[in-house]
Order: sequence, then C-alpha cells, then structure tokens
Amino acid sequence: MALRGNLRDFTITQLLNLINLARKTGTLIVEGPSETAQVSFRDGKLAYAQIGREDGGLASILYKANKLSAGQYRAIQQRAGSISDKELGLLLINAGYVTQEDILTNLQQHFTDIVQRLFTWVEGFFRFENDQLPPEDRINVRLDLENLIIEGSRQLREWEQLQDEIPSLDMALKFTDRPDANLRKVNLSVEEWRVVSYINPKNTIRQIANATKMNDLEIRRIVYGLLQAGLVEICRPEGAPAPPPARMFPTENKDEQKSLVNRLINRIRSL
Amino acid sequence: MQTVKMVVTGPFNAGKTEFIRSVSEIDVVSTERKISSALERTVKEATTVAMDFGRITVDEDLVLYLFGTPGQKRFDFMWEILSEGMLGFIVLVDSTRPETFREARSILETFRAYAPTPYVVAANKQDKKDAWELEDMRLALRLDSKVKFLPCVATDRDSVKTVLLELLYSILAEMEGGEK
Repeated sequence: MALRGNLRDFTITQLLNLINLARKTGTLIVEGPSETAQVSFRDGKLAYAQIGREDGGLASILYKANKLSAGQYRAIQQRAGSISDKELGLLLINAGYVTQEDILTNLQQHFTDIVQRLFTWVEGFFRFENDQLPPEDRINVRLDLENLIIEGSRQLREWEQLQDEIPSLDMALKFTDRPDANLRKVNLSVEEWRVVSYINPKNTIRQIANATKMNDLEIRRIVYGLLQAGLVEICRPEGAPAPPPARMFPTENKDEQKSLVNRLINRIRSL
Repeated sequence: MQTVKMVVTGPFNAGKTEFIRSVSEIDVVSTERKISSALERTVKEATTVAMDFGRITVDEDLVLYLFGTPGQKRFDFMWEILSEGMLGFIVLVDSTRPETFREARSILETFRAYAPTPYVVAANKQDKKDAWELEDMRLALRLDSKVKFLPCVATDRDSVKTVLLELLYSILAEMEGGEK
C-alpha cells in the first residue's frame, strides 16, 4: 500500500524512522500549511531536499554560506546559464574557489536544515513516491537518518515549548520600562542584535522574522531569550487594523456602555 | 434583554469551574467529562471539555454571562469562539502548581492576541499552605507591574467578587481613558 497520510496521524519523526528502518529509496513529498517540501532518500539515507520555491541550487547554497562572494554569485547566475550543479561544483573546485569538502558540508547542512524545519510541521499531508529520485543535475549526499531523528525530536520539544511561550507571531515587541534593563550591558549575538534593531511596537514578530530572514523556530528562540532576560515584552502591534469588531456591548452609545458597566459593578458588589 | 459576557480562562485544574460556581445564580452548566489521561487523573477526576456557563442577572434588562474555557490544550479550538465579544477576561492560575505557570502565560498571550480587551490575572488557591507568594508568581509569570494580579480563592464568593470587580474597574478605566 502506498505510504501516504496526514501528519496529524503520522509524524515526521515516525516517517523518517520508517524510511530508515525499511532502507527506502524514493521521495517523500510533504504538503505543509504554506509550502511543499520534497525530501529524497537512497537506501534509507537522506540524499536531497528542497522546500517551497527556495532556490536550492548549489550557487545559492554556497553564497548563503559565505563561500561565494556576491560578485561571484552574480557572475555564476549571469554566465553559467543552464549548467548543472555537478558541473558547477567541478568548475568551482578547479577554479580554487571552494573545496569538495566545502560543497559537501554545505549541501549536507542545507538539506539537514530543511528536514529539521519539517519537524515543526504538525499539519499537512504526505506521500512517499517509491523510486522517485531527485533531478539528475543536482548533487546528492548520503546522510544517516538516526542523528537527524534524534536532533529533530529534541527540536520538536523545544518548538512545543517555544510555541507555548510565544503562541502568536502576529504580536509585536516593545522594550520593557525596567530601569535596570540596559541592552549595552548584555552580551547579544549578531542574530539577536539584528532582531533587537527591528523591535518596535509597529513591527510584528512575523515581520521581524521576514526582515531578518529567520524561520519560525529561529525567531521564537531569540524572542524567547529576550523575554526571559526581561528586555522586551509582547504587545499588540500599533497601527494594526483592529480585529473585527465583535460586539462587546449591546449598545453603541458610550454613556450607555458606561452606565452598563456601573450597573454590573453595583450588582457584583451586592452579591 | 441585554447580555454581556466575561471569560474565565487558565490552565487545567486552575479552578475555573469553581470560580464561576461561586457567583453564578444558576447551577453552572458544566460540560465535564471523566478524564481519560492517567497523568491528568492524578490531579482530578473530571474536567471541562467545552465550556462552563454561569449567569448573574443584573436587573430586568441586563444579564452577565460567565464562560469558563476548557483548560486542556487539546480543546483550545474553543477559546477563540468563547472570546468573541467578551467585555474582558480573567486568567486563573493555580498558585500551588508552578508547573502550570508557563501554560498560564501562554494562555494569557493567546487571549491577548484574540482581542484587545482588559484582563486581570488571579492567583487561585492562595489559602493553600504550599501556595506561591504573589510577588514570586508575578516574576515567574513575567507579568508587567501594570497588570492587575490578584490573590484569589475560587471557592470563596467574596474573593471571586473582588476579582470580577477589579476587571470591571479596568474596563471602566479603559473606557474613560479612551475618551481622552
């Protein structure tokens, strides 16, 4: 029977475990809430991964990992045309821009990142296409799944905890009024500083994540740290359109509303 | 007949049903079911699965409804429905179970995201010997000093009245502040 179903019934961890134990070859296609991921395996080992419309090409991966400069990346895009990743990899190695190890390490990291993002998906449909392999022109890796599964399970627990702490990314952040909270005395990482620079009640956490190119897990991790340190607090975004006006009061008249609240106060007092 | 509503929320076994029962003039319409999880059953036998519902008649024209949310996370799809059109909400926290503080914080943030209505946080079971002190709880819950954080004993009518009144004062203050 075809391997297909719903992530609510069968989690990514269970799927990877099954693929690992059955030494499957093929591609797992996961349709998540907002994008689709394709992860390919050979004999139960991770070979390749692609998510949504992200550019999963070798040049893009090496550029993001700072192995290629912006100029080199631009030049490759303009001149390399339809050259395959395998050919591009050889060219870059021969030109001395990168080593074979650079290529493999960064590809492995990129594919691992994609799989770990999948661990946070709890909604969606999956299907496993037996014997469907990644495009010919892409470089494949061979990564054992055991470590990925263990790391993914750890991340899932962290993700659940972070979701409890920061349930909505549509809220904003503001600095606390605590007089002893001084950002200059705190050792922040570059990533944390990037987030801090966008903190403003007008920016939602989601907008900050987009501006700093962080995924949900990364932004939640940083915001959680800032919250725990008492440097920021969550607030409703300023200037955001008000939520649909659910009728709180049976009347629109302000004086009548006030009178109604006063009647409630008197009644509760008399209980 | 005019009706308004307030929501009482908080983690599992925080005392929401008791809170409503203490002031409701009708027997609380409670949708309790026997608990299936062995772990949760060690805390109590039955829990609210959809909502609790209490009523206070103010006068012949006005009725206040109190809705209690189910505390277990798997029933959180009910929260947004219950929060629609509420005057304000109360987050009840069990002072004797610090392991629920993080969840209480999460529930508070979730409700704040639903609607910009006033709220108060009440530390229930303050009569228990192992209850945390209010100031420690405020820090653990990371509540801003401006947030009203009140001691409470959900089985005591006067205590529940104080919490409800504080929420109503906040609602009134916000209405008056909004006019400036």
